[in-house]
Amino acid sequence: MSGQTPEIPFEPLLRELAPQVLGVVARRFRNFPLAEDAVQEAMLAAFRQWPREGMPQNPRGWLIQVAARRFTDMVRSEMARRERETALAVEEPIIEPVEDIEAEMDPEDTLILLFMCCHPVLSRSSAIALTLRAVGGLTTAEIANAFLVPEATMAQRISRAKQSIRASAVPFRAPTPQERGERQATVLHVLYLIFSEGYASSIGARLQRLDLAQEAIRLTRSARALLPHDAEVAGLLALMLLTDARKAARTGPHEELIPLDKQNRTLWDRAQISEGTELLTLALSRGAVGFYQLQAAIAAVHDEAARAEDTDWPQILALYELLLHMSPSPMVTLNHAIAVAMVHGPMRGLERLRALDNNESLSGHYRLDAVRAHLFEMLGDFNKAVQHYRIAASRTTNLPEQNYLMTQAARLEDARNETRNEPV
Amino acid sequence: MKYILMMNGKRSDFEGYARWSKEDLQTNVAFMREFSKELKDSGVFVASEGLGWPNEARLVRAGSKGEPITDGVFPESKEFLAGYWIIDVESSQQAYAIAARLSGAPGAGGTTGNMPVEVRRVLSSHCDLGL
Amino acid sequence: MKYILLMSSTKEGVSRYHTWAQSDRDTHMQTLGAIMKELVETGEFVATQGLTEPNEAKVVRGEKNGLPVTDGIFPESKEFLLGYWIIDVAAPDRACQIAGRISAAPGPGGTATNMPIEVRRFADFRNTAN
Repeated sequence: MSGQTPEIPFEPLLRELAPQVLGVVARRFRNFPLAEDAVQEAMLAAFRQWPREGMPQNPRGWLIQVAARRFTDMVRSEMARRERETALAVEEPIIEPVEDIEAEMDPEDTLILLFMCCHPVLSRSSAIALTLRAVGGLTTAEIANAFLVPEATMAQRISRAKQSIRASAVPFRAPTPQERGERQATVLHVLYLIFSEGYASSIGARLQRLDLAQEAIRLTRSARALLPHDAEVAGLLALMLLTDARKAARTGPHEELIPLDKQNRTLWDRAQISEGTELLTLALSRGAVGFYQLQAAIAAVHDEAARAEDTDWPQILALYELLLHMSPSPMVTLNHAIAVAMVHGPMRGLERLRALDNNESLSGHYRLDAVRAHLFEMLGDFNKAVQHYRIAASRTTNLPEQNYLMTQAARLEDARNETRNEPV
Repeated sequence: MKYILMMNGKRSDFEGYARWSKEDLQTNVAFMREFSKELKDSGVFVASEGLGWPNEARLVRAGSKGEPITDGVFPESKEFLAGYWIIDVESSQQAYAIAARLSGAPGAGGTTGNMPVEVRRVLSSHCDLGL
Repeated sequence: MKYILLMSSTKEGVSRYHTWAQSDRDTHMQTLGAIMKELVETGEFVATQGLTEPNEAKVVRGEKNGLPVTDGIFPESKEFLLGYWIIDVAAPDRACQIAGRISAAPGPGGTATNMPIEVRRFADFRNTAN
């Protein structure tokens, strides 16, 4: 599919149009699951036909027309099945002219779809898959490839997700302010998960794998355009931009992982950092500081340092204290401990980690040992550092991380042996 | 015909690998990457996966009420699958030749491993829905 | 999270499988087929594969005179991989639950084989640090 052919010029346009077409068809025919299938088929038809016949004059109208036809076909065959089963004649749906359908387009439709696809009734992986297809306009094959599962499996996930939505009787209308208040966090979380799925290195990855990080940024930009006054949406976009800005420096020439404090900062995308910082400043000026804004602020402090040693760690520590109050997750606690160590020394950082030893969600997690190893190294206790680097390496299933941790252990062991061999 | 090439190791083998020098690790990783690339370039590559290490492995049996019993213990001598390649080739000879190449992966201290690679043919059956 | 569920047995175990009544083998396969269908339905199925008989297994250790050095002799106690399932699930518990289902598939006389299934998580290649 389009994942294998390079450079289909109208691919970005198709993706942009998909939620617009779906919005109008779903609202017109009042059947989100079937409408979504119909739109997906219209997209695939476009991929097949437009390269041969050229792009139509009104691409959106073309998609609406094809989707509406497919929809009625699907309904007709369903009705025929029911007729055969019940011997009752059923009326056929009337198709209006495409222009009339297209005229009903509402810019809010994409927002409605976003909230629908991220509905709390769905599991995270279902919400991600459905959002990427219905709002992102990606094909099932592209999504399957991005997550390394068979296409049939991904198709099934999406189908079930839509059935759950149908069963929950989610109405096709803009969320009320109360609904937005309750459910926006889930929407933002799904977008953030799509972002974090990105960054596959080429080792073991298939050719032309979709850049999910870029997709997440694109979708979050859409969300921002629809909710321009929302500080958390701005905060999430800022976080993504500020994190993504470092990607060129994140991987070494041998595909190895390069941690933040060792990255070549001249490779950071300064323009993207500016954009993220401006966005963040705007968001913070709106008053109450939210979860993503805080994380973005931390990323911004890192990004503004020209060299690792210029990093304003006291500010980062203050931000992590705020984050800890708001969302005391194990990961935040670990990052907070690192910040404590950078400001107050490794002993204090290690003390914070000891408090985590009895934390169920962290016990056995490789990051606890990895951070511990790093702090022992800072302290100069190479024996313990090597030990914990190795434990962490044996526990992680992330290969770049595993290589990195083993390399640190090896490096320290070399250093340890050298000091032993030094003449008195 | 599809073949699976498996790298196995005892717990002690994994622990040993974790103690390799920086250079040996880097050389080995580079070799594996090059090996996969060769397989892809020659059109025989089907799949390749690495597995989590032995401490994370679980042995599961069915309980009497259908619930899974997850406290199974592995014997010290157990060989754990570390990773595998699946290739699609014309003959078993070709599979063994590729396995021999993999087996020559550089080991600790700059030696060539002569690492044993287990080669098995994969069934093609109605169960093979694969990717 | 992707997991691989490994089913292994000694050569002796495989010989014992050959002594099952055909109907028992059919029932066993049907049960596994039903589990696979379920996992496709739930969107958790990635792949399942069987391997050919352990009798054909070879170990390759390097080359001699340009030819692979192959050996088909294994210790009696060696556990051979018979087949595997690859699943994509939301949590480790679910992987163990599915493994339990496979282990419960009926053997001779309709009683569960209670075969031990090894559950291993797949490594991933994402460079997500920083």
